[in-house]
Amino acid sequence: MTRQRLAIPFLVLTLTFVSGIFLRAGGPAEPATAASKAAAIERGKYLVNFGSCNDCHTPWKLGPKGPEPDMTRALTGHPADLKVTPSPTLEGTWGIAAANTMTAWTGPWGVSFTANLTPDKETGLGDWTEEMFIQTMRTGRHQGKGRAILPPMPWFSVNALSDEDIKAVFAYLQSLPPVHNRVPAPIDRPEAEIASSK
Amino acid sequence: MKTNTLALAVAAVVGMAAAIQSPAASTGSARAPRLLSQTGLYAADAEGLSIDPENRPFSPQYPLWTDGARKSRWLRLPAGTTIDTRDIDRWNFPVGTRIWKEFAFGDRKVETRYLRKDGPASWTFATYAWNGAQTDAELAPEDGLPNVAEIAPGRWFSIPSLNDCRACHDSARTEILGFTALQLSTDRDPLAPHAEALKPDMLTLKTLSDERLLTPVRPELVSAPPRIAAPDGRTRAVLGYLSTNCGGCHNSESSLAALGLLLKARLEPSHASPHDPVQALFRRTSKWQIPQAPDGASAFVTPGAADLSALLVRMRSRRPSTQMPPLGTVLHDREAIDLVTGWIKDLQPR
Repeated sequence: MTRQRLAIPFLVLTLTFVSGIFLRAGGPAEPATAASKAAAIERGKYLVNFGSCNDCHTPWKLGPKGPEPDMTRALTGHPADLKVTPSPTLEGTWGIAAANTMTAWTGPWGVSFTANLTPDKETGLGDWTEEMFIQTMRTGRHQGKGRAILPPMPWFSVNALSDEDIKAVFAYLQSLPPVHNRVPAPIDRPEAEIASSK
Repeated sequence: MKTNTLALAVAAVVGMAAAIQSPAASTGSARAPRLLSQTGLYAADAEGLSIDPENRPFSPQYPLWTDGARKSRWLRLPAGTTIDTRDIDRWNFPVGTRIWKEFAFGDRKVETRYLRKDGPASWTFATYAWNGAQTDAELAPEDGLPNVAEIAPGRWFSIPSLNDCRACHDSARTEILGFTALQLSTDRDPLAPHAEALKPDMLTLKTLSDERLLTPVRPELVSAPPRIAAPDGRTRAVLGYLSTNCGGCHNSESSLAALGLLLKARLEPSHASPHDPVQALFRRTSKWQIPQAPDGASAFVTPGAADLSALLVRMRSRRPSTQMPPLGTVLHDREAIDLVTGWIKDLQPR
């Protein structure tokens, strides 16, 4: 399968699927405050796996049965050592494309790279707080107050979860082994670039 | 890809997000009047839009940069009430307090923001979009209104969403950011970027004290008006600018406190950062990497090296993914950039 190009309909279907499963999974949850930390982590693992977080935050590889997430690099985001080539020209009905790893996306917003969700302090979520994580999913802004979270991250679907479920997701992510992987900063669309000057 | 196709695609993605997003507000604009004229800003018995004299104008000495908007601000305390100033950095306003801020570009009023204290810990946040005839302004949706006025070629002013309002206003234990002891001090900073000259009718610490609107009475706020402690005037102005334009989110009470960038100026010694704020800027590195800088070597401020100072590099940017502040502005603040650039260049490397 060639994944150099993905059509908007594919993206919409993907996001719809992701949104749907989060909505179905996000029913009233047992309060994490009453559960053990281990139970919260287990709940978070369930939500992360069911919510397709690995679809973008884990680099994909070509396996014996076709493309699949490389779980040896689970949730580490776009590999820092993978230098992306210039974005392909997109025309007509083709408006969004993804890299082979599914960790770099280009579209009308520019180029986005999926985040390292492991608790590495320098390159991942190691210095994030639970409150910061919740606010990010509630507001669509980086760390709850910063730049807008870019497509294809369906933060608006995660926003459908209860606070307790988002806390469980965060607890699970924080329980992962930290992996140092500095994901590149997003690349703004060309017309936004001209706004930057000294 | 053609621009209109780009716009459609962006609109599709953003629209999907907006449609699915659930309201997170408990003190949103739902309880606000539909029209600005119904909030009490204007005198009821006057013709046209005459400000009710009970609404008192004021002007903070370190104003927030909003792309050069001309701003007017008014505060109204319920009759017979006072502001609790026991905590000098976090004034507690009486229930019923109302405050407005009007934004204009050229001779056109564009937006007026409104806060009303409804209970001991409950505020209504609302913002109003002015009509074309400039006769009134209508309550804006909680998702905001994009592109309401072109303020430079291809650059548009947008009315913020409620979430974006809260990004700053809910980041400290006081919701009113521009009406503080430091901002109303009569010891005004002559180097503060974009500061307006005080007009005789504007509220200051002195007028508040004279009119006995502060509890407890704090004569020292008049005899020794507060100012930012700094070794020189330019550092004072830089810290004041950063306090308003960055400290709204980057303060010790915000969810971003763990980042270690504490830029909100504090008057109460017990609230002050244990570290010299300038020294802290030198020591800390930013997780955000300066392009072409060595990995992990992006200090917030590198003395003598403006281009290796993440704080300034982000101030200079108006790219959506990089700029600081990340919201509320689409144009560079040239005056502030010049101020901070000169300050960093003259700092001695340590």
